[in-house]
Amino acid sequence: MPGSVDLRIGIDVGGTNTDAVVLDSANRLLAKHKTPTTPDLTSGITSALEAVLGQIDQPVERITHVMLGTTHATNAILERRDLLKVAVVRIGAPATVSIPPFSDWPDDLRQVVSAGEVVVPGGSEVTGVPLVPFGRDEVARFLEKVGDSAEAVAISGVFSPVSGDHEQEAEQVVREVLGPDIPVSLSQGIGALGLLERENACILNAALVGVAHKVVHGLTAALTQNGIDAVAFLTQNDGTLMGLDYVLRFPVLTIGSGPANSMRGACYLADVSDAVVVDVGGTSSDVGMLLNGFPRESSTPTDIGGVRTNFRMPDLVAIAVGGGTRVTGSAEDVRVGPESVGYRLREEALVFGGTTPTLSDAAVAAGRASMGDATAVAGHEELLAAALRRADELVFVATDQIKTARGPVPLVVVGGGSVILPPEVPGVAQIVRPENYDVANAIGAAIASVSGQVDKVFKLAGRDRQEVLDLACAAAKDEAISAGADPAAVEIVEVEEVPMAYLTEPVVRIRVKAAGPLGRM
Amino acid sequence: MEWRRARTYVPDMTNDPPKLDEQDLVDLSVGCTVLAGGGGGDPRIGLLMALNAVRRTGPVPLIDLDSLAADDLIVPAGMIGAPTVMVEKIPNGNEGDVIRAAFEARLNRPVAALMPLEMGGINGVLPVAWAAHAGLPLVDGDLMGRAFPELQMCTPHLYDIPSWPCVVVDERSQVITFEPRDNVWLERLARNAVSTLGGCACAGLYPMDARTAATPLLRGTVSRAVQIGRTIRTATDDPFRALDAQVDLYPLLTGKVVDVDRRTAGGFVRGSAVVEGIEHDAGRLVRIEFQNENLVAMEDGEALATVPDIITLLDRHSARGIVTEHIRYGQRVVVGVFRAPDQWRSERGLSVVGPRAFGYDLDYVPVEDRHARVG
Repeated sequence: MPGSVDLRIGIDVGGTNTDAVVLDSANRLLAKHKTPTTPDLTSGITSALEAVLGQIDQPVERITHVMLGTTHATNAILERRDLLKVAVVRIGAPATVSIPPFSDWPDDLRQVVSAGEVVVPGGSEVTGVPLVPFGRDEVARFLEKVGDSAEAVAISGVFSPVSGDHEQEAEQVVREVLGPDIPVSLSQGIGALGLLERENACILNAALVGVAHKVVHGLTAALTQNGIDAVAFLTQNDGTLMGLDYVLRFPVLTIGSGPANSMRGACYLADVSDAVVVDVGGTSSDVGMLLNGFPRESSTPTDIGGVRTNFRMPDLVAIAVGGGTRVTGSAEDVRVGPESVGYRLREEALVFGGTTPTLSDAAVAAGRASMGDATAVAGHEELLAAALRRADELVFVATDQIKTARGPVPLVVVGGGSVILPPEVPGVAQIVRPENYDVANAIGAAIASVSGQVDKVFKLAGRDRQEVLDLACAAAKDEAISAGADPAAVEIVEVEEVPMAYLTEPVVRIRVKAAGPLGRM
Repeated sequence: MEWRRARTYVPDMTNDPPKLDEQDLVDLSVGCTVLAGGGGGDPRIGLLMALNAVRRTGPVPLIDLDSLAADDLIVPAGMIGAPTVMVEKIPNGNEGDVIRAAFEARLNRPVAALMPLEMGGINGVLPVAWAAHAGLPLVDGDLMGRAFPELQMCTPHLYDIPSWPCVVVDERSQVITFEPRDNVWLERLARNAVSTLGGCACAGLYPMDARTAATPLLRGTVSRAVQIGRTIRTATDDPFRALDAQVDLYPLLTGKVVDVDRRTAGGFVRGSAVVEGIEHDAGRLVRIEFQNENLVAMEDGEALATVPDIITLLDRHSARGIVTEHIRYGQRVVVGVFRAPDQWRSERGLSVVGPRAFGYDLDYVPVEDRHARVG
């Protein structure tokens, strides 16, 4: 096992391309490579690894860390494949029975995932007092009934972020009835307040454990094949790293890691910590906000494959503005997207000899970009100019929407299609177009730090606010350190307090995130 | 007289009485965000409860007050406490049955129908779930015509109709019956009980026979909310214009939320949101002050609109209402105002829910005296 941080490989497995980069300990980019994504994870990663290793001409022993970002979990849910059958235990009766588990799931996904569900007595009040005694026997009876078909168990209790005791007791019952090997997910480690959304995230998490094993084994096999003996991580949806053992426990947290990686990469490439980031792809752009070097997280529920969850996801505005976005209509009544020629840009766009006007053509006509044959846009100038004005307006609105403050902030643009963006954006101090913008995702994975988060309801109970806040901060730092962060360099990167209405006793919900660079192993 | 009869929702006439089906419930929940004036909580939990209930029991009959006999007992019902607690501690669903049984035992007569206590936020939808579960019809009306934060802010209070006996029930089917000396005391007593029960509970109050209810009842508000939701859903062009044609919308400003300040005080969420004008309103700045519900809209130190008129931030594109806990920086909104029901605009009504009842030294000016409607 390596003794310290030397060379790191960042890999991003996207829908279209797999990108890989090598960085040294000072974060200098030594190699980068783009290759089409393969259906088989191991061979795709292997070929990416071989390509970048070939470029650096260094002994593989110098590779100390490998960071992988992947869309496997997202795709498994969207395509309803490789998901485990989950026995769903909710602890909350007699409350909550009016809305049983899976109530708002698409039928086909529910059929794939559910091995049965039960609502048993227990759970907590907002104050941490038990709602009613925990229904241990009901859990045991349910598990005996579904034990044959269940491949994983998801346990969610009312107000478990306040008091998780009943969830933990239920896990013990699972161990007694179904043995030590069946994967168990507890909602207290996964989502924030909002029982239904947290339960959904917990069920998805349990269903994804099989996918997580596949990814972890695929990565490990690819590393072995290349003779790499390095510490491996996956990136999660807040742009930070998790160790492989953590991936097996919380696979749902890898969903949304793609945009998080590109924003973290943009942060590093542009050397800014607070900025709006626009990641322009072929079909669409993601606009997000960096705060203290991290993507700001969404506070509204997120839909994944038709299931509403509330776990940590970057707050993004997606707009149908990409390099391949099609332009139709007339100069007076122009339509921009949402269709795109996608990866066929180099055959279909006007400047490449095709017949489809795209935003790339518009960028060439306006002198923003030079690619292909600039004279091929002749006759379409007015339409393309109108389209570009419309696209610019969409970018302006999205940028303004995502900003958290009224003052001007820098704007960082990354992604292959970013040449189509305007030279100036209102409310933006300056536009930064960093080098190597095309592999921002893989770089984001390689430079990712390790984080820990606390999202809990605290009763002040005589303590002052600061005391409770300090407690939450210490807990978040501990989480980050146990996930692998350097104890000397961990810092608090985000604090949010939300007071709760209609309670006479002061109760406050606190979200704190701590993060730090990789510690020495 | 409260709402124009000509515009009343006319549901499927093959059923008699009309029934609230699943699509109606979705529309109702959207209508409740519009009529909430920012308060009352996200209706989603109530909607899911109601959908689950009617899938088991079939659609809930929505009846006109006049279809009841004069002596028939109506129980208005709703959740009281923190909607933010209810997203965890979801009700059992049998609260309607428990409330009904408690009233029948206490008053020694059958309950003929349930009715929503308020027509805004989660409380416009929850009673549908309870009515379905209890096998009772729902009266098409309510006692607020919007959402308000306190229990005496109900129309019967204007006529000295007692709010008691009031039955508060929790998800454990624990029942507390209140017999306070007046409606303001009920607010105090119930608020404390709800805190002990864990932050939210369900209640039946202002029990009335149909004869008594005829005076305070705000008629047709359930079908009105359904119609608002339907209008927003089906508007092909401009949902604001369609909404205006439906319920008279007075837009104060089109803008972007540039600041939100929320804090708890005295058991309520108080604070303000600042909306900066965009499009034709560029250069203007309007501050919305709220105590759960939006209370006043201020510009340059002057009130543009106040309670009891309904001030709701409407999503700039969809025209759906945004509840206070979901206001965020950057949202594009239309600050929309709807006329309060006439009962709230009387001298007595204003003493209970006018600007001074919420601590503002302002005279109430009806929104239509100061502002134009859409277009």
